[in-house]
Amino acid sequence: MQRIGVFVCHCGSNIAATVDVKKVVEMARLEPGVVHAEDYQYMCSEVGQAKIATAIHEKHLTGIVVCSCSPRMHETTFRKAAEKAGLNPYMVEIANIREHCSWIHKNIEEATKKAVILARAAIAKVNLNTPLKAGESRVTKRALVIGGGIAGIQTALDIAEAGYEVDIVEKTPSIGGRMSQLDKTFPTLDCSACILTPKMVEASAHDKITIYTYSEVEKVSGFVGDFTVDIRKKARSVDMTKCTGCGVCQEKCPSRKAPSEFNRGLSTRSAIYTPFAQAIPNVPVIDREHCIKFKTGKCGLCEKVCQAGAIDYTQKDEIITEKYGAIVVATGFDTIKLDQYDEYAYSQSKDVITSLELERIMNAAGPTKGHLERLSDGKPPKNMVFIQCVGSRCSDNRGKSYCSKICCMYTAKHAMLIRDKYPDVNVTVFYIDVRTPGKNFDEFYRRAVEDYGVNYIKGQVGKVAPQPDGSLLVQGVDLLDNKQILMKADMVVLATAIEPDPSVRSIATMLTASIDTNNFLTEAHAKLRPVESPTAGVFLSGVCQGPKDIPETVAQAGAAAVKAIGLLAKDKLMTNPCTAKADELLCNGCSQCENVCPYGAISYETKLINDHGVREERRIAVVNNALCQGCGACTVTCPSGAMDLQGFSNRQILAEVDAICR
Amino acid sequence: MNNAMKQAEQIREISGVNPYKCMKCGKCSASCPSFNEMDIKPHQFVSYVLNNDIEALMQSESLWKCLSCFACVERCPRDVKPGKLIDAARQLVVRQRDETYLSPDEIPELLDPDLPQQLLVSAFRRYRR
Repeated sequence: MQRIGVFVCHCGSNIAATVDVKKVVEMARLEPGVVHAEDYQYMCSEVGQAKIATAIHEKHLTGIVVCSCSPRMHETTFRKAAEKAGLNPYMVEIANIREHCSWIHKNIEEATKKAVILARAAIAKVNLNTPLKAGESRVTKRALVIGGGIAGIQTALDIAEAGYEVDIVEKTPSIGGRMSQLDKTFPTLDCSACILTPKMVEASAHDKITIYTYSEVEKVSGFVGDFTVDIRKKARSVDMTKCTGCGVCQEKCPSRKAPSEFNRGLSTRSAIYTPFAQAIPNVPVIDREHCIKFKTGKCGLCEKVCQAGAIDYTQKDEIITEKYGAIVVATGFDTIKLDQYDEYAYSQSKDVITSLELERIMNAAGPTKGHLERLSDGKPPKNMVFIQCVGSRCSDNRGKSYCSKICCMYTAKHAMLIRDKYPDVNVTVFYIDVRTPGKNFDEFYRRAVEDYGVNYIKGQVGKVAPQPDGSLLVQGVDLLDNKQILMKADMVVLATAIEPDPSVRSIATMLTASIDTNNFLTEAHAKLRPVESPTAGVFLSGVCQGPKDIPETVAQAGAAAVKAIGLLAKDKLMTNPCTAKADELLCNGCSQCENVCPYGAISYETKLINDHGVREERRIAVVNNALCQGCGACTVTCPSGAMDLQGFSNRQILAEVDAICR
Repeated sequence: MNNAMKQAEQIREISGVNPYKCMKCGKCSASCPSFNEMDIKPHQFVSYVLNNDIEALMQSESLWKCLSCFACVERCPRDVKPGKLIDAARQLVVRQRDETYLSPDEIPELLDPDLPQQLLVSAFRRYRR
């Protein structure tokens, strides 16, 4: 028989205001096995923990139930406290009487009744608990960063600076990401390339960082501290060890019709190309879809002009297998497709563009060499209209439900830069709300209005209609004046919603990291663990977790790096002992558990079994404790009831159910 | 529940619209081809319903100026669709006349040259049931 202590927490008034804690104590005393019960204001405090330790010593407790907040919050706290007092930490159970009870109920009597029942269930479970011992697993001292934008670069640099090896896997031919496409950055208006390029160079020169560009993660197996990852290095058709980056091949390449990804399709590029001049590595790739040599077998001009002999048409994709202790996802974002928004005439007029396209137009290395001009006829615009929230904050099924966060600021930036450089251009911004929470952000937006004369109109645009004379008729509303507005514009810029890069879906699946309905990666805790995935050993950096601007991305990248470093600094990890275990006598070798296990933790062995005197060889399920995450899929699948989860056995769970139904 | 609240409830029920979803972007009014003819603008319909001020809506000229073109229904980013509210208010007015709503025989004498045909089509679509 266990000797159980029950500790009921008031959580200030969080619990005590809705649950009669004294009553819970009183009722707990009547339960089988309970030899001690008390309540305290803050059980998680030092004093509260001391009360638990004292009771363990004085009453010789063998098990503990803490009636408090969610186990996600303080289970570890109480397990540690119990362990310090000499109790096996897995003899501690939490009855969640806060999130599951006091916070969601108003009636004290009913809430108290429920709290008593929850306590009773936990006590019933502890009665059947057995001490468990955590195992150990090793940590590979190397990190993988998926994505080579500013988030990935910063994370990699921070991890490398701490002395650990880092690999960056980037799917495009160069690192740099979205930030490399930006012209200026808010709120200081420094040139994006000027602040990004040094970081790119630093990352590529760092002796602890290996960069795999034009590469994608293909397969992930293993678990925290010991991941095995297959990386596909796509055939570059250029030998990276020989190429000098002279650029002659790109100049001579006769195929020049491929849309430039870097310029968002606003210009074309050669089939052999580096995405932009400052690309790292400065080694081109051959786009085989557009290369004449690959399409027809003729040409081969790049090979002829390459002094270094670096062109290699026979190159094949290569799979690299590497082991990692930690993985950081930094897959970034893209703008949404606008084919659902016909009213803005994006597909009908070249002069209706997204903000990211304007970013390229404003950039000296962009399709118009930095001159603000209409893409239809090359003429300078006189009237420009910016439309905010295109596809953001939508609860219809055309757009995204969230605020894309960066658009208010970059639109103020664009408006200001245009008014500064072209003072005769009229700039109108249609907005729903201007959201500028950030250091010096609102001041920045006010500068656009007050110092640069940008015309901000509260209201949306209903329709953009291309006119026969080449202009665009914008029909909008001024809600403050309660007037409908018709104005002619030469260019319309859409603040297009951002969404996670589509590649994140397959990556999340490979990592068994969860994503939300918008494909953003989910944090382990929205407030307290914002850079960790619920999957151990997987960390989140940048917009893959949610919309954010560059300073926030860099800050989060550093935070993700610290979490990864914290993991890599350990020599060994304690593993969760609540793993599955097969009863050899009951297992019939059907393999169903092996098929459902998402972690590949179950294998089969042929073993000599002594079944009540009958000795025979049987095929039996064996669980690898290091791989098992204790999800329980096998236990519910097993037709013979041979699989059980330690710490959550069928007997324990049924005892809880019985206690609740009593 | 007083009469005004009852009417507001009716509007919600007929239209199937949750006016609380509105974020006041004004895209409905920006899209409306009859905006200048209306005394109560499409985006204002939402707050009239929220304030249970249905009597004013039913008196409004806007009910008969709406072309039922559904541009606002099509483009509303929040699924509020003011056109449906206007449609519902129109139906309330008709319902108040008598229990049989509108008979097709009455239509010819109601026709006035300014009345858009689309409104008739829209009305029949709704009242046919």
